[in-house]
Amino acid sequence: MFKRVLMASAVVSLFAACSSTQPPAAVVAEPAQPVVVAPVAPVVDAQAAAQAAAQARMQAERARLAGESIYFDFDSNAVKADQQAKVAAHAEFLKQNTQQKVQIQGNTDARGSREYNLGLGQRRAESVKQSLEVLGVKDAQLEAVSYGKEKPRAEGSSPADYAENRRADVSYGQ
Amino acid sequence: MIKRIRLTLTLLACLAPALAQAELTVDIVGGGANRYPLAVPALAGEAGGQVVTTVVKQDLALTGLVNIINPPNPAMTVATPNAVNVATWRALSANAVLAGSVSPSEGGNSRVTFYLEQLAPKKTLAQGEFDVPPAALREVGHQIADQVYQALFGEKSFFNSRIAYVLKNGRHSYQLQVADVAGQQARTILRSKEPIISPAWSPDGRKLAYVSFETQKPVVWVQDLASGQRRMLANFKGSNSAPAWSPDGSRLAVVLTSSGNSQIYLLDVAGGAPRRLTQSDAIDTEPDFSPDGSQIVFTSDRAGGPQIYLQPVAGGAAKRISWQGAYNVSPRFAPDGKSVTYMRRDGGRFRVVVQDLATGDARVVSDESFGESPSFAPNGRMVLFASEQGGRSVLWASSPDGTSKVRLGVIDGEVQDPAWGPFNP
Repeated sequence: MFKRVLMASAVVSLFAACSSTQPPAAVVAEPAQPVVVAPVAPVVDAQAAAQAAAQARMQAERARLAGESIYFDFDSNAVKADQQAKVAAHAEFLKQNTQQKVQIQGNTDARGSREYNLGLGQRRAESVKQSLEVLGVKDAQLEAVSYGKEKPRAEGSSPADYAENRRADVSYGQ
Repeated sequence: MIKRIRLTLTLLACLAPALAQAELTVDIVGGGANRYPLAVPALAGEAGGQVVTTVVKQDLALTGLVNIINPPNPAMTVATPNAVNVATWRALSANAVLAGSVSPSEGGNSRVTFYLEQLAPKKTLAQGEFDVPPAALREVGHQIADQVYQALFGEKSFFNSRIAYVLKNGRHSYQLQVADVAGQQARTILRSKEPIISPAWSPDGRKLAYVSFETQKPVVWVQDLASGQRRMLANFKGSNSAPAWSPDGSRLAVVLTSSGNSQIYLLDVAGGAPRRLTQSDAIDTEPDFSPDGSQIVFTSDRAGGPQIYLQPVAGGAAKRISWQGAYNVSPRFAPDGKSVTYMRRDGGRFRVVVQDLATGDARVVSDESFGESPSFAPNGRMVLFASEQGGRSVLWASSPDGTSKVRLGVIDGEVQDPAWGPFNP
């Protein structure tokens, strides 16, 4: 898209340059060389358009996946059966986009020591990382880190809040 | 039977605006009755808020070892040793009197003198003189209290030290602060929108290591307090956390995750390759060096729940030391290396435990509805921890035998990970 606009504006400025620098016809000693005038209508580049569409689809899929958190049971770091499909979707995307790196961020509920919770969140992140590797994602694409109990999504202390915070997020960056 | 004595001092608004109405409360429980009875009349000539007298009384009360006796008449002062009327003070059961005065000096300065007078036999145990600008009067109070304490108990006092903690105000405001032991004169050394945890003092008291999430992952930083200069110490792939300094300040133990789980490593303070210290497929974290540098104490869940372990730094097997309760975390050595303090979670309670390493005897010194990260005062006389009361944070200190508990200060906001520093440089 961007490329095409550039091209069109280049054509316009070419015309502008011609009209202002062309000497008056009467003074011309020799006939002007034949000039091939580029068409003013935009050129459609089929490959670029397809690429742009694919890029847009990829970005939409990436945005969708970034919201797909993996949830865990209390005191557990096992990826539950009902969370497997989300892990598989992340894996599929990462295998198709091998330049994409992600950070898997493990979280815990608010109970107990900060550093021990950092360890528990790490365990959850590592568990998701291993599941992705089993599904064929390269280690170099993955970093498992922990936020422990420091960055709760739910700030309350109800069972539902705690469940919301027992989670790993897959961050695709900016 | 529990004997409870309550001493309340009202801090003056001009000294601590944020704590205008705060009360300093000292609860003495049980054996605390053995406290040294010391009479502390106001320093003669000290006008207005009596800054020096207030700080001296506050500091000495905070030790849990001194019973402050007030004069029968609040206006009564004793400027010099000669002015001490032994009969008057003996009648109040005092063993000694703190005499002294404050008078104007040159250039707006104040001249402060003090004498610690023992009554029977009558003898000056300590004395001193200061000539300082008004802004330094608080510090003079701390120094007098320190000298009185040293004369009475033959060891350094903990007023000569600071605490570090993280102050959280709302979701995106974190401040790493350094304050005096009462939580006053706080100075922010790092402000961030992302979490800061686990501040750890360098043995010389000049630097803090801590974990900051400012780069969207836990990274260990070291910051010089005087210059504010900081650098990343551990920023390896995965998580980096739980820094602890070796006693000689040359190395830090940190927790890294390159093995796929949280394990303890040693790093030179100058950098270089980490050396793995613990070997388990569990979470090993919260290391702390013994004062002689030969061992670390740490938290591990290799046996299921988190428990406390000791391990030689030179290599060797880890040995579990906590056997009561299913959740024991955050161990810290006492300065003499003979005991450790840690937090036990039991149901909804948080218990500060001090365990004797020779006998294995584990004593609960405080039982709270909330608490974290206990740490010893540099003279070993108190254990510091933070608790919560009505949405504000309360700093507590308990004697290691559990007989006295002192409320050091109240701070607006959520105080996290308090760490008691070494004696001031």
